[in-house]
Amino acid sequence: MYHIISIRDFERSDLDYLLDRAQEFDTGNYRPGMLDDKLVALLFFEPSTRTRMSFATAMARLGGKSISVDSVEASSIVKGETLADTIRVISSYVDAIVLRHPKEGAARLASEFATVPIINAGDGAGQHPSQTLLDLYTIRQSMPVDGIDVGLLGDLRYGRTAHSLALALSLYGVTLHTIAPGGLEMPANIALELRERGMEVVEHPNVEEAIRELDVLYVTRIQRERFPDSASYYNVASSYRITTDLLDGVKERLMILHPLPRAGEIDPAVDRTPYARYFEQARNGVPVRMALLHEVMR
Amino acid sequence: MSRKDPSRGLLVSPIKNGTVIDHITAGEALNVLRILGITGSTRECLSIATNVESKRMGKKDIVKIENRELRTEEVDRIALLAPHAKINIIRDYKVVEKKGVEIPEILRGVVRCPNPGCITNTNEPVASTFEVLDKGLHCLYCDWLIKDDIANHII
Ligand SMILES: Nc1ncnc2c1ncn2[C@@H]1O[C@H](COP(=O)(O)OP(=O)(O)O)[C@@H](O)[C@H]1O
Ligand SMILES: [Mg+2]
Ligand SMILES: [Zn+2]
Repeated sequence: MYHIISIRDFERSDLDYLLDRAQEFDTGNYRPGMLDDKLVALLFFEPSTRTRMSFATAMARLGGKSISVDSVEASSIVKGETLADTIRVISSYVDAIVLRHPKEGAARLASEFATVPIINAGDGAGQHPSQTLLDLYTIRQSMPVDGIDVGLLGDLRYGRTAHSLALALSLYGVTLHTIAPGGLEMPANIALELRERGMEVVEHPNVEEAIRELDVLYVTRIQRERFPDSASYYNVASSYRITTDLLDGVKERLMILHPLPRAGEIDPAVDRTPYARYFEQARNGVPVRMALLHEVMR
Repeated sequence: MSRKDPSRGLLVSPIKNGTVIDHITAGEALNVLRILGITGSTRECLSIATNVESKRMGKKDIVKIENRELRTEEVDRIALLAPHAKINIIRDYKVVEKKGVEIPEILRGVVRCPNPGCITNTNEPVASTFEVLDKGLHCLYCDWLIKDDIANHII
């Protein structure tokens, strides 16, 4: 059985294969009723609109159906029940389960008890592989991923999307530039793992210093909860905000990405520049998730 | 050896049946007892010698437990604290079996994951699972890495 749990489980050839498949779905090169006899459960123990909707959309586009359990329903269904039991039961209803859960390792555990494939749609501060695939897909639409310079900006300590993207990029000979406020730097063990995978990781004190070198700037959210008071939050947040002034002299092909939703990290004026690619990125969630759903249920 | 050297003799009285854990890293004897679940209130008859002179190790600790032979999981835990320990099984006053300890590739249910958000720290029916790497212990559920202070995480 084929589960999609963590970006660490993938080799480069697996990623390339899935990205190629996504491209076929994106360009309409597929049979619309491919999954018309299939049913997927979208089991979300944590709120999410975007990810849940894009999986539902992807399933519908393939002719399949989905049953959706949102965070409120999920917590009442399973009152006192273990995730292991919930997964065993729901496995008997559907052909695959898309799971979001607040605990790290939840998807791995689910895969041990499921009798159908599990797709991890985010487990706590852990992994979110479909997000990483759509990030890669978006980059690859504009340029070959090999050897490019990618900047990660924002909360690199708790930001799961940043960690799994960095791990994936380490398979492509990418140079990573990290730009994080004090206290939100990338954890030492992740930086170590990236270097062990042969990645060059360069730390920068601010965006200005790095931005002209970059092919991709990946901006993540700085969460207010991480700061003791709103003054220190606003202080940090304003110095990590992307504005049009910062874009003077950047590479022509620079793309600015963001997993969305954004708070104040990117000035809306940036949306009108050719560098802003985050809405396109969000849209790419559908073909990428079509590829994943099809792959596990084919 | 000690028997051949009357000036030193056995540090503690001989046991008829049980286990002698010899060559424990000096200072770790009490941690070894803790992970074996032996506390002040258990009924096992045991003797402990710490910081004993050893030709091979400089100083070492020794633990002798009467009427108990260790299970493999217990030996695995000892390996984490005292990689040079030797387990001697004593029957009828004689050493009938002598084995080293070895840290297994995968530790299941041996170490608690320090990440409070890890699924193994919930009521789910799974044991913590770590793979043993040169740089530390890696949680196979949440990817946490335990680099040092392993004794404090042993269940
Ligand atoms: N009957 C016994 N009671 C208590 N301790 C014993 C007994 N027999 C051996 N030992 C201890 O077990 C350890 C291993 O014994 P042995 O194999 O004779 O020596 P060594 O490993 O030092 O060559 C030593 O620390 C020894 O003192
Ligand atoms: Mg000896
Ligand atoms: Zn863990």
